[in-house]
Amino acid sequence: MMGLNQGHVTDERGRSMQLELTAEDQKFRDEMRTFFTTEVSEEIRQVVIEGRELTKEQIVESQRTLNKAGLAVPHWPEEWGGRGWNELQRHIWHEEMQRAGVPIPLAFNASMIGPVIAHFGTEEQKARFLPGTANLDIWWSQGFSEPDAGSDLASLRTTAVRDGDDWVVNGQKTWTTLGQYGDWIFTLVRTDPEVKKQAGISMLLIDMTSPGLEVRPIQLIDGGHEVNEVWFEDVRVPAENMVGELNSGWTQAKFLLGNERVGVAPVGATKRFLARAKELAKETSDGNGATLLDDPLVRARIVELENELLALELTALRVVAHSAGGEPHPASSVLKLRGTELQQAVSELLVDLAGPASVASGAGAGSDLAAWARTVTPNYLNLRKASIYGGSNEIQRQIISRSILGL
Amino acid sequence: MDFTYDDEQVALRDAVRGLVGKAYNDYEHRRQTVGEDPGFDEKQWARLAEMGVLGLPFSEDDGGVGAGPVEIGIVCQELGRTIAPEPFLASVVLAGGLVSAAGTAEQRGEVLGALAAGESVLAFAHDEPGRRWGPKAEKVVATQDGDAWTITGVKEPVLHGARADVLVVSAALPEGGTGLFLVAGDAAGLTREGYPTYDGGRAARVALDATAATPLGAAGADLTATIATVQDITRIMAGNQALGAMQTLLKATTDYLKSRKQFGVTLNTFQALTFRAADMYTSLELTHSLVDWSTMVIASGDPEEVAAAAARASLQVSRGGRHVGQEAIQLHGGIAMTAEYNVGMFVAHLTALDHVLGDGNHQVGVLSTKVGDYDLIDPLDV
Repeated sequence: MMGLNQGHVTDERGRSMQLELTAEDQKFRDEMRTFFTTEVSEEIRQVVIEGRELTKEQIVESQRTLNKAGLAVPHWPEEWGGRGWNELQRHIWHEEMQRAGVPIPLAFNASMIGPVIAHFGTEEQKARFLPGTANLDIWWSQGFSEPDAGSDLASLRTTAVRDGDDWVVNGQKTWTTLGQYGDWIFTLVRTDPEVKKQAGISMLLIDMTSPGLEVRPIQLIDGGHEVNEVWFEDVRVPAENMVGELNSGWTQAKFLLGNERVGVAPVGATKRFLARAKELAKETSDGNGATLLDDPLVRARIVELENELLALELTALRVVAHSAGGEPHPASSVLKLRGTELQQAVSELLVDLAGPASVASGAGAGSDLAAWARTVTPNYLNLRKASIYGGSNEIQRQIISRSILGL
Repeated sequence: MDFTYDDEQVALRDAVRGLVGKAYNDYEHRRQTVGEDPGFDEKQWARLAEMGVLGLPFSEDDGGVGAGPVEIGIVCQELGRTIAPEPFLASVVLAGGLVSAAGTAEQRGEVLGALAAGESVLAFAHDEPGRRWGPKAEKVVATQDGDAWTITGVKEPVLHGARADVLVVSAALPEGGTGLFLVAGDAAGLTREGYPTYDGGRAARVALDATAATPLGAAGADLTATIATVQDITRIMAGNQALGAMQTLLKATTDYLKSRKQFGVTLNTFQALTFRAADMYTSLELTHSLVDWSTMVIASGDPEEVAAAAARASLQVSRGGRHVGQEAIQLHGGIAMTAEYNVGMFVAHLTALDHVLGDGNHQVGVLSTKVGDYDLIDPLDV
C-alpha cells in the first residue's frame, strides 16, 4: 500500500520531510522534561497549571532554579549564559517548560533587555547588568508605551535632556507590567525633537529608586493589579546608562520587538489549559445525569480548538525548521496572531464550562465551589490583553499584508 | 524532524510544475479541455505517464516507482495549483491505491502496470445514492456462483466512472462485510451515464445488473478496513491538492488587489481589504502545516494514526479552503463570478474536494468520538 509500512523513504537521502526527532533531539527533550518536572518546585508549577497568580518570590525562585542549571537564558550569547542551541532545541526547551507548568523566565529580563544589552551594550554595561538580569537579581520593567504612543510607538514624548554628566528625564510611561516589582526600567526617550520621529529616540536604563520616579497602579478589568503608570519628574540618569549610540534607540527597539514576537505564541501552555478543560468537563455535571464532556457541542468545540492548536504548533515547527541560521520564516507572523486568539478562545471555553460558578470570583475559603471555577473569568478577562500587546493583532495583520503579501 | 524538501523532491516538484503549468497556466486551455469529454487531456495523461507520475505510488514490481507519500503529495499540490483536470487523485491515488493494497501480485502487475503506463484509467465505484461517506458498501451486492462473481446495484456518483477502462467496485458480500471487485468497462450488464460536475470534473451513474466481476485479492474477504485506510490516504492527498489551489487563490487575490483601481487608487490602498487578505494568508499557512504533517504521518504506517491525521487535515482543509475561497471571490468582486475568470472555478473545485470524502463537520463528528480518550496531541509522537 502506498506509503504505509514502507518506512521513511527519504531516510537515506537525509532528514527531509519527516516527523521523527533524531535520537539526539529526543534525548534533549527527555532531559528537559525530566529537569522541569523534577527540579522546579511542584508547588510553583501547580500554581501555573491551575491558572492562579504567581507571587514575586515564586517567579524569582523559579528563574533562579533555571539559571543555576543554565536554562534561564539559553538564547543569549554563550559568554553570558547562552547555550549555543539550535532553533529546534530552543523550541523544545520552550515547549517543555510550558508543558510542565514552569514559569517562563521573566520576559523583560530574558527576552527583552538582556539580548539588547548583550548585543548593543558596552562591556561595562554587560558586566554590570547581564549576570543579575539572568538570575533575576535585577527585576526589569519595560518603559516603552505612553498614553499617546501605543501601536504608534515612535510618537513617544517622554524627553531626556542632557545636563552635565546626566540625562534629565520627564514624562510618563504606561502599561508597565509588574512595574511594582521593578528594580530597573529600560526606556525609550526622546533625545532630539527636531528630526523625524524615529531618528530622535534613545534607550536609557533607569534605576527605579531614582528621585522623581513614581509608579502608580492601574486596576484592570479582572480586578487585579498587573500594570502601572510610571511617571518621571526631573529624574537624573547617568549618561553611562544609555544603551547604544545617542538617537539610535529605534534600532534597539526594533531588535527587541523582533525578539518579542518569537515565542509569543504560548502553544504549550494553551495546550495544557485545553487538556485541563477536558478534565474539568469530565468532572462537571450537565445537570441531566451526564457530564459536560458528554455534550456533543462541548466535544465539537474542543475538537475544533485542538485542531487549530495543532495547526499552530505545526506552523511553529515549520518556522523552526526553516529559520536555522537565517531570516525567520515569513509564517512566524501568524504565530502571534493566531496564538493569542487561541489562548483567548481556550480561556473563554473554561468560563463557559464553569457555568454559574464562573461568577464567584470573589468567593473565599468558605466557598463550596471548585477553586478553578472561581479563577476562570478573571483569567478570561485578563487575557483580552493578549491580542493587544506585543504588537496588536491588527499590527500583525499589517505586517503580513505589507511585508509578506506586498500589499 | 524536518519540514523541508530534499533536492530530489524539489526536482520532482519543478518537473511536475513545468509540465502541468505549460498546459494549464493558461486558464482558457483548462476551460476548453473540461468542456469536452472525457473532461481531461488524454495527451497530458500520457505525458504524466512518461514522466513516471502515474506509477509514483506503486512498487517497482508492480510497474511503478515506489515513491513515498511526500512525493505523491507534491504531485497533488502541483495539480491543485492549476486545478489540472487529469484524474490523478481518483484514478491513481484512490482506485490504484485500492488495487495496490488489496490486489494479488498478478492483479497488481496487470492493472497497475497499465495504469502507470497511461494505457488504462481506473475509477473507484463506491458511493451509493441516499447516504453519506464511509468505507462500506450497502445496497450494491455481490453474488457468488462457484468461482464466478456478479454484482448488482447502482453506484453514483463515481468520479470519472464513464471514461474508466476498469472499475474497482465495492459490494456487500454474501457472508457480510465489503469486498472489492474489478469490473471491465465493457462488461455485459454494465450501464454508465457520465456527466460533468460543477468544477469541470466528471462523474457517472454506474448501474450493474448481474455484471461479471473479479474479486480483488482473496475472494470473499472483508476489505472494509483496507478501503478505510486508502480513503484516509486519499483524504490527505486531496488536502495536498486543495492546498495547491488555495495558494493560487491567494496569489490571484493579492495580484488583483495590487492592480485593480477604484476611486482612482489600487484596491490595496484599503485596509478593509488588505487585512482580509492577511487572514487568508494565515488560513493558508495553518492549512499548509497540517497538510504537510498528515502527509508525513502516512509513513508511520499505523492505520489508526493515519485515520486521525486524515480527519484532522480534512477538517483544517475544509475550514481553511472555504475561508480562502469565499474571500478570494469577495475581494475580487464581480469578475470572480464569471466562468471565464479562473478564481470562481478554483473555489468550485475546492468545494468538490471538500465533499469527496467528508467535509469539515463530518470530521468533527469523527474526531468527537475520541476526544475524551487522550489529554493532548503530540504531533511528533506518531
